[in-house]
Amino acid sequence: MNSQQNQQLIANRDAYGQILVELGQSVPELVVLDADLSKSTKTSEFAKAYPERFFDMGIAEQNLMGTAAGLALAGKIPCASTFAVFATGRAFDQVRNTIAYPGLNVKIVATHAGITVGEDGASHQAIEDIALMRVLPGMTVIVPADATETRKAVTAAVAVKGPVYIRLGRTAVPVLFGEDYQFQIGKAVVLRDGADAVVFATGVMVHEALLAAVQLAEQSVSVAVVDVHTIKPLDVELIVELARRTGAVVTAEEHSIYGGLGSAVAEVLGEHYPVPLVRVGVMDRFGESGNPAELMEALGLTAPHIIKAVGQVRLRSGR
Amino acid sequence: MAEAQDELIEELRQRARQIRCDLVRMLAAAGSGHSGGSLSAVEIVTTLYWHVLRIRPEDPSWPDRDRFVLSKGHAAPVLYAALAERGYFPVAELLTLRKLGSRLQGHPDLRKLPGVEASTGSLGQGLSVGLGMALAGRLDRRPYRVYVLLGDGECEEGQVWEAAMAAAHYQAGNLTAIIDNNGLQIDGPITSVLSPLPLPEKWRAFGWAVTEVDGHDLPALLQAFDWVAGNTGQPTAIVAHTVKGKGVSFMENQVDWHGKAPSAEQAACALKELQQEEVKR
Repeated sequence: MNSQQNQQLIANRDAYGQILVELGQSVPELVVLDADLSKSTKTSEFAKAYPERFFDMGIAEQNLMGTAAGLALAGKIPCASTFAVFATGRAFDQVRNTIAYPGLNVKIVATHAGITVGEDGASHQAIEDIALMRVLPGMTVIVPADATETRKAVTAAVAVKGPVYIRLGRTAVPVLFGEDYQFQIGKAVVLRDGADAVVFATGVMVHEALLAAVQLAEQSVSVAVVDVHTIKPLDVELIVELARRTGAVVTAEEHSIYGGLGSAVAEVLGEHYPVPLVRVGVMDRFGESGNPAELMEALGLTAPHIIKAVGQVRLRSGR
Repeated sequence: MAEAQDELIEELRQRARQIRCDLVRMLAAAGSGHSGGSLSAVEIVTTLYWHVLRIRPEDPSWPDRDRFVLSKGHAAPVLYAALAERGYFPVAELLTLRKLGSRLQGHPDLRKLPGVEASTGSLGQGLSVGLGMALAGRLDRRPYRVYVLLGDGECEEGQVWEAAMAAAHYQAGNLTAIIDNNGLQIDGPITSVLSPLPLPEKWRAFGWAVTEVDGHDLPALLQAFDWVAGNTGQPTAIVAHTVKGKGVSFMENQVDWHGKAPSAEQAACALKELQQEEVKR
């Protein structure tokens, strides 16, 4: 991991655009589809490099998913991209019936997920996409935390058979991982060990959790931070182990507290090792316009909110 | 030449009759299923599977095969009957339709049954899938053509027109849509529920080459598919005018037979009718 100082900021979608161009060279079956947002999702980079393997389907997300399914059925490896709210909401039935049900080899790589979309407001801020994708049998769900993890996740997704949903944000975020980072689908990563509580975080919240852990350490509270980049299949073993060791669990996600990481962890704890849990995420509400940093604060998604959650959960754990 | 054509048409006629008998038997055995829209598509599907499609039933994943996508997935029985009679799986298995553990799901499941090219059932999605297959075929320089069968009521789905627009934009000359224009949907005549008409004009306006045909007239269907084969510059649509429930007198043009299966007695009646028709000829 990089040190907290001098952190480079890169948007995960930029990393996506870059890795697509690399993969285009090594994976001849790779094709990319977009729905009139290629400049925003950064698939335009692939379009420039491999125009014959890029299909702009226009503002028609249902057909985007269906066409991707057909390409997969004929042996291609399609990456279908648009904003998360459209990929998972507008085209949910297409993803369910035409991609997930037959288990097709389609990679849905959605950008502009979560409230850090910012000024565009609630209509464009997907805070339920993890929930929507997680309920689909056979769908792998990945939420990278930084540019390195994005590149490795997309590479891994293209290499495995079957449908994968990858959730990327709009804004530039700190680079947390070096090039030597070993990414594996389904294996969460302990970024920082700790004895008093554990924060399971995903996406942009991984960085917030690390900031929280550093500040808590100054108050002599030892908090483990785990990057749960794969929401499905979930790393049940690691979650149970850390719950057992710390007895106090916090989840942190830029997503509704319903149906996402918090829910997934609650299910695991409830069935395997019940310990107190506090979920940090978007409370049962829609987002709104504002700049991303302001919104993160206003909706309770920054490090101070995680610190507060750790305090609450430790009180309840009684250890 | 004319003799060979007569022989072909006679074979297709016999096959179509056999498919209708299969449909009646399997739907009766299942106790549920979509009779009307399966019967209306019999000649279309028969012509495809016994003349038009270049397929290898013994090698269902042959990369160069033509693809048939049943976008109106509720007509699964007619697809299953054709696949079984073409040798993809035993004809006896048709009687397992809709039963627990059967490969013959209520709507087609490509993972369960060989020969099924797309999992369909949620209407309006098959043309997009066909377009993806067509684009892949062109990228790989494979000679196959993709045929997609849609219902006329299905054309009320917006996604159909998203796909139609995209297919014309990408000049998918290897993609053909066949619209089974039987005029009825669950709630009544398409013209009273929500008219998708006029169909040929709409497809033309979306950039497709269009022909119209009587969907039960075998020589006319053969001619339409010949016309399709010669058309490679733009996607092609065949608007096939059909009769819902065709071939079983008490089902013909009866909206109630959209999603209903015949009872044992009704099936016996229907089979008798189909056999008598054969004797009459």
